[in-house]
Amino acid sequence: MPEPAITLYRLQACPFCERVVRLLQASGVPYRSRFVEPMHSDRDVVKRVAGVRTVPVLVDESTGVTMAESANIIEYLEATYGEGAAPSGAEPAVAEEGS
Amino acid sequence: MDLPFEVVDLGPADHVAEGETAPDFERPLVGAEFWEDRRLAELVGEAPVVLVFHPMDGAFPATYVWNEIRDRGWTDDATVLGCSISTPYEHETLLAEREIPDVRLFSDPANDVAETYGIAHDLDGMAGIEEPRPAVFVLDGERTVQYAWVATEWPDLPDYDAVETAIDGVARTA
Repeated sequence: MPEPAITLYRLQACPFCERVVRLLQASGVPYRSRFVEPMHSDRDVVKRVAGVRTVPVLVDESTGVTMAESANIIEYLEATYGEGAAPSGAEPAVAEEGS
Repeated sequence: MDLPFEVVDLGPADHVAEGETAPDFERPLVGAEFWEDRRLAELVGEAPVVLVFHPMDGAFPATYVWNEIRDRGWTDDATVLGCSISTPYEHETLLAEREIPDVRLFSDPANDVAETYGIAHDLDGMAGIEEPRPAVFVLDGERTVQYAWVATEWPDLPDYDAVETAIDGVARTA
């Protein structure tokens, strides 16, 4: 089985992450989950990948996109994979998400 | 272990044997930075795979085993994987405390993998909890078991020299 193009770095029970998961599932887009630790200081992998220590972080190898902030990710996924590809409804990013 | 009395005899286990194909399974695989669902079959390859079933994280045999594996530097020559019933969070702590960032640990709280390998161990005095017997399997690139050791006493620790011989053997024929 080929590896999915999309990797989602997430924290268990993080509502911002679950929001992205819900859209991925609804869209039927294959993805794999990588769970990180609750402490920001233990999240070197997302810092290295995306330059931040917040989650969610989405990496899409098929487009070369790496992004943080769930609102941005939702907008991207809807534009790239969603029906109608209408990103205009996306909400602004939340400053302190993924604690 | 050298003790002046007999330790608990677990009896023989009907376990996956040398020459058989190690059963494939998928569980969260915990590395130093994150965990993700992985299949054993994805992890066999050129390097020998050492699959170490160990008592739950925090039990002293788990500490002993991983200290010894670290000091012997097995990750230089092999893909070293562990498996216990502990959660991914406990595995992260074990990897950090034992200082084994190149080891990855499967998390199997339901102990299904141990059941599949024929090495389940009911724990006396811990109602409802079972875990794997201490066990070590060395696999080649075809996932064939080239070396198998399963504890028949409790507690018991692997024959590390024998495992190293098996690692060398697989590496030479790869």
